[in-house]
Order: sequence, then structure tokens, then C-alpha cells
Amino acid sequence: MGGYGDIKLLREDGLRLDGRKIDEMRPIEIEAGILPGADGSAWVKHGLNIAVAAVYGPMEAHPRKIQRQDRCVIDVRYNMAPFSTSERIRPGYNRRSREISKVTAEALESVVICERYPRSKIRVEIEILSAEAGTRCAGITAAAVALADAGIPMRDLLVGVASGKVEGIVVLDLDKAEDNYGQADLPVGILPNTGEIAFLQMDGDLSPDEFNLAMEYNFKGAAEIHEIMVDALRRRYEGGEN
Amino acid sequence: MSQGQIGAELRLVTPGMAIGPLSGKRVGSGALAQNEQIIATRLGWIREINDTVSVDPINAAYMPRSGDLIIATVAEVRNNLWFMDINGPFQGLLPMSLAPWKVEFGAARQHMGVGDSVMARVQEVDECHNVVLTMKGVGLRRINEGSILSVPVNHVERIRGNNNETLLRLREICDCRIMVGDNGKVLVDGSAEGISWARKAIMLASKSGHKQTFSADLSALEKSAPKRGDA
Repeated sequence: MGGYGDIKLLREDGLRLDGRKIDEMRPIEIEAGILPGADGSAWVKHGLNIAVAAVYGPMEAHPRKIQRQDRCVIDVRYNMAPFSTSERIRPGYNRRSREISKVTAEALESVVICERYPRSKIRVEIEILSAEAGTRCAGITAAAVALADAGIPMRDLLVGVASGKVEGIVVLDLDKAEDNYGQADLPVGILPNTGEIAFLQMDGDLSPDEFNLAMEYNFKGAAEIHEIMVDALRRRYEGGEN
Repeated sequence: MSQGQIGAELRLVTPGMAIGPLSGKRVGSGALAQNEQIIATRLGWIREINDTVSVDPINAAYMPRSGDLIIATVAEVRNNLWFMDINGPFQGLLPMSLAPWKVEFGAARQHMGVGDSVMARVQEVDECHNVVLTMKGVGLRRINEGSILSVPVNHVERIRGNNNETLLRLREICDCRIMVGDNGKVLVDGSAEGISWARKAIMLASKSGHKQTFSADLSALEKSAPKRGDA
């Protein structure tokens, strides 16, 4: 990610190509409980990304060799639908989806109170129906809402958010062009109420000052997304229907 | 940080949300104490009883506790025990020594096969969530007739009502035997019309048993109930 010097990603007026300010998120919509057959589910539209997450369990962990006597395991399967991008993706697991499934599971294990369900498994399925940039963050956000919807005890609602660097400027929430042609990408999983970080990855180069600024943007973005997540859960359940 | 409030008003909280200051209160289920604050760990409604603050979860898996009365289904049979589906994350184990019959080693299948349902009690749950069931006790038996319904585990109390008054009223109206298992399984036994009406009433109680309008809704439904002695 050295950047592509001749590609303009910022306008003369300092705004980004889609008209956003450098610390502005793409529009986000979240719905909870969209899949009637799942124990918990959520739909997240983040810019042009669409992620659906379903949670099943807790259930007995199989095969037995994956069971932990003192806690549950979280089995995450992240997958991009073949039609999620303009170029068809070969269906099934690949190296990228394995990696994202693993880091998502590790991030979720740090917020779920796993000790509550020894020897069991919580299955989280994340399906990306439309991909722009930042699908792992949209997937994590969807998974957190789905886990809350399923009644799984958690220390906080995990929020996935990313910032990066384009044309030497740190920006919040990269879109596709910024992700492809920018200089750095910093997706993180944040616990908004405690300010803890559950996962962090970095692609490209950031100086310490740029990193701190990017994290500042990430915390700001996480607070915005958290409000939308809480609102989605409230809309589903408030009114005493459940 | 958004704040759920402790008070008379029913408030929805989400995981990580601060419910209020600890200030001498005890922390119940669905919450934890952190930095002198009570933090919700589940999506649900705040409840405060006797200075204990807890969260009534909106969705919850059945977690067996010793003494629970449950309706279980045989999932697997071995020579000397049955593995029972108890509608929870783990199967329960019913050894032949805790069955109500004298069972010879290797003859467990002659008494109950896969798919048979029973009323049982949770005898023991250890720290690894190994669940042992017993059928030795009053009213514990194999279920040979009736209809079994599934309701959300956290709605079981709504079906029972305060001091079982909702359950007694439903039994009275439809003239059916209704047994509510702690694991969210409900057995209804009686005439076909009675069972049909009871299913509607139980679903109504599950959906709106906690609302003030429930009594009126049930009275409206009562008009369509089969008359006693119809069957």
C-alpha cells in the first residue's frame, strides 16, 4: 500500500470524492432480528456494504475436541456472496475469509462472557451480500448486534470501524477507491463503553502521530455506530412486545 | 454513554450499558459491577427487587438448574441410559437407575425409544454443565398423549402468572391438563377442541402475558373456548 501518486482521492476543497469530510462516516443503517429462524440476527448497511449476521446457540460443541471445559467457543464463518462485487467471487472458503473469520472470532471471544457456557459453541454466520470496502468491520458490527439479539451475555457491544490514509491525510471510514488506492488502512474493533480495543489490524504505513489521529477518528466513528446499534435493538424490542 | 435507569419504569438496556451506580445494591443476573457502576451484560429489561438489580433477558437459552421440572425428549439410547434433549445447549442424561421402571442392562430401548417425551426433573448440574435427570418423583412419567408446545424460555413465567393464576385460569377454561416445563416446553392434554384453544391461549400468554391488557384479551379469547363436556 504505497499509494498511487497520480490518483486524486481528495478534492481541492478538502472534501473526499464522495463529498464527505475527512472525519465523516458513510451512512449506516442497522436492523436487528431479520431472520426468523435464527436465535439472533442483524442486517447492516454501511455505505454500499451489506452484511447479514445470524447467531445460533449456545449449543453443544462438535466435534468434541473443540470443547473447552470452562468456556464456550465462538465459531465464526465469514463469507462473501459470489454476487457481492462486480467481478464474481468463486463461492466457498478462501484464505481471506478464513483470516477474517479467525480475527472476528477472537474479537468476539473477548467481549462475550464465554465462561457462562462451558463445553458449548456459539455459531456466528456472517454473509456479505454487497461489498464496497470495510466488509470485516460491517460483519463485526452485524455479529455484535446479532449476538445481543440472541441474548448472549457480553461485556459490551463490539463495534467494527476503520480509518486510513489517502494522499498523506488521515481519513475515517475508507470507501472502495480510498481502500484500493490509499496509503494505509486501520480497521479496529472497539468496545465503546470502556474504550477497549478487541482487535486491530493495519495495512500500510502510518507515523505515530497519524496512528493516534486515526485511532481518534476510529473512536469517534465507533461512538456513532454504537448509537445506531442501540437504536436498532430498541426499535425491535421497545414497546413491550417481547 | 447511554444510561439505563433504575426505577419503576421498564427500561430496555443493551450489553455494556451503565444501569446506574452500585451504591450498596447487589448485582443479579444479566449484569456485572465495574468501577462502582452496574453494567448490563444482556439485552433486556431492568428489574430491581430487594436492592438486587438484574436484567430480564429478552432472549435466553435454557440453562438447567437442579430441581427444574422439564419436558424432555429422548435423543439417544444406550444400554443403561438415555440421552435427553432438554431444549438447552447440552443434552441431559437419564440413567436407568433414575427411571421409574426396573430396567435390565441392555433393555433401556424397551422402555423408551428415540423421540419419546417424558416429564422429568433436573437432579444435578455440575460445573461443566453435565446434566443428570430423574424420573423418580410424583408426576414424573413418560408422556403418552397430548400436545407439546414450545415457548421462549423467558416467557415461561408469563404463562404461569403470579402464583400460577394464569395457568390455573387456562386449565379451568379449556378443561385440559397443562404442564409448563421450566425448559420452555408445555404439555397440553385433553379434548381436541380444548388443546386447540389452549394452544392459542398459551401463545397469547407468551406474547402478552406481562401486559395489563392480557386479562381482557384472554376474556375475549374465552368466548371461543369449547364448552365443558363438549368432547
